[in-house]
Amino acid sequence: MTKHTQAGTGQMITARGSTKTFRSKGQTVEAVRAVDLSVAAGELVAFLGPNGAGKSTTLRMLTTLLPATSGEATVAGCDIRRDPAGVRRRIGYVGQGSSGGHTQRVRDELHAQGAFYGLGRRETRARAAELLDSLELGPFANRSVQSLSGGQKRRLDIALGLIHRPELLFLDEPSTGLDPHSRANLWEHIVELRRTTGTTIFLTTHYLDEADQLAERVMVMDHGRVIADDTAGALKESLAGDRITLGFAGRADASAAAARLGGELDPADPTRLVLTAADGERALPRHLRELAAAGLDVVTATHRPPTLDDVFLALTGRSLREESAGAGAAETPEPAAA
Amino acid sequence: MNTIADPTPSTATGAQAPAPLAARPVPRRTGFARDTAAVFVRESRPLVRDPFSVLFSLVQPLVFLGLFGPLLVGAAGGDVAGTLQWFVPGILVMVALFGTASTGANLLFEMQTGSHERTLVAPLSRNALLVGRALKEVVPLMVQGTIVVLVAVPFGFSVNVPGLLLGLVVLAVFGIGFGALSYTLALGCRNRDWMFWMVHQTLLFPLMILSGMLLPLEDGPEWMRVAAAVNPLSYLVGAERALLAGDFGAPAVLGGAIAAVVTCAIGLVVGVRAMRRAR
Repeated sequence: MTKHTQAGTGQMITARGSTKTFRSKGQTVEAVRAVDLSVAAGELVAFLGPNGAGKSTTLRMLTTLLPATSGEATVAGCDIRRDPAGVRRRIGYVGQGSSGGHTQRVRDELHAQGAFYGLGRRETRARAAELLDSLELGPFANRSVQSLSGGQKRRLDIALGLIHRPELLFLDEPSTGLDPHSRANLWEHIVELRRTTGTTIFLTTHYLDEADQLAERVMVMDHGRVIADDTAGALKESLAGDRITLGFAGRADASAAAARLGGELDPADPTRLVLTAADGERALPRHLRELAAAGLDVVTATHRPPTLDDVFLALTGRSLREESAGAGAAETPEPAAA
Repeated sequence: MNTIADPTPSTATGAQAPAPLAARPVPRRTGFARDTAAVFVRESRPLVRDPFSVLFSLVQPLVFLGLFGPLLVGAAGGDVAGTLQWFVPGILVMVALFGTASTGANLLFEMQTGSHERTLVAPLSRNALLVGRALKEVVPLMVQGTIVVLVAVPFGFSVNVPGLLLGLVVLAVFGIGFGALSYTLALGCRNRDWMFWMVHQTLLFPLMILSGMLLPLEDGPEWMRVAAAVNPLSYLVGAERALLAGDFGAPAVLGGAIAAVVTCAIGLVVGVRAMRRAR
């Protein structure tokens, strides 16, 4: 039990001042700006942010796919600049795309991947069989990659990333584009992987619920900077309180209510007033009584605990949910497009 | 569900408490030769699994053989066997040209889907990523070349077998280089498919016509003969004609061999440089 690799005890990722700038159409774009981060061995960290925030660029620097413009980083005990080959041998990486060659068969790709990582023939075959089984890909082993569904392809991507039993696994938006069932299934596999092997997992996502429920720690990135880094619970507590939303017949009523109770009108619908309260359950009836006494009619009333989206909204003044919906309009280009 | 690796009994549940880390062996270092072999095997597997893909790219050369050949016989006024003796070696070069020129499209596709990225993050030598792919071109080329010759034999084409084997070797060397150039083009085009196909189409037909593989260039205008003199394919066509006729001592054989080796060297050097810069 105490037989650790060097990474078993210490930091799996440390980065200081990691920066990446691109030249795009004659302009310098700062995709990642002096990011510091550290991930301990065994952690599951979610890197959250809108499209174009710099998540993938950060991931691609840490996995040696992109050279950093400046800064220092050590991944799985190896310096990304001085020993990129050492990093590559120790990490698993599942990119945003589909890793399997479309005309290849599923089992063949796993065998090829084993050879890429220098595994012997017998070891590769055994490991491929193990992964086909644990990721429920057995029935598709002899099928071509292009015949798989989205969820099956994603499980194959993860199997490919795990062939050499890496101590650290990077996942770049592993569940984007999957239907809810496949997403849930994929997450079961990731949780199971961690439970059984203690693999350190560093993943990017723009699904708030995913980061909230599964990661032990959430790092929020926006415009190339890490703007928050804590557990999801602590981030939400930092906002001090539940969200209460009161709907009115018109904007005038909503403004009058705001003058009494404080809070802000919802920019998306100015007939609604949004308030925070330490104890929403008790605050809501109190607010309703006060407004009734003032002769203001409340049409709708809801309260809910804060979400990571509220955290993002509080930090940036924008909603991550809306940012993600307008996926095409990213303000910072991802490296694939640069 | 089965464990994914190193089953360690654990009381932990969910994502909150990871099991203790088991010792994990770090994959050992591999060399260029082993990496190249691994890439070559991966690239060749679909050919083995689906041999019909090799036949599919034979359609064009066989169409030329079957539809252009008879016209050539009529126009030249010679006998069928004599015309085939002149024409079939050119078709072999066509097989090498068209087969390897479009191979970059496979890489282009893998760059777009993400499987190329997976190989970039694997501990593989970048040189091996290019060389292993380029070497794969040899496999379909040998099969296709042999089939073209076998198809022509019943119509009176006579083969010098040692000459054919040597001719295939020369084509293989050329094909590795030309395939590498096609991969270089793909790496340069990245997500712009149209650019790859535009360059491909723009270069391929002039290269083909200015090699004298379809019609002799001796009667063409001076500028065409000058263009042919700088086209490595015309040397290749000359060498194949000499070799398949069993004329091993012809100067054209040396010229073709040099053209093939130079194409191969340029293709690999340029290709490896492009792959090293690949992101």
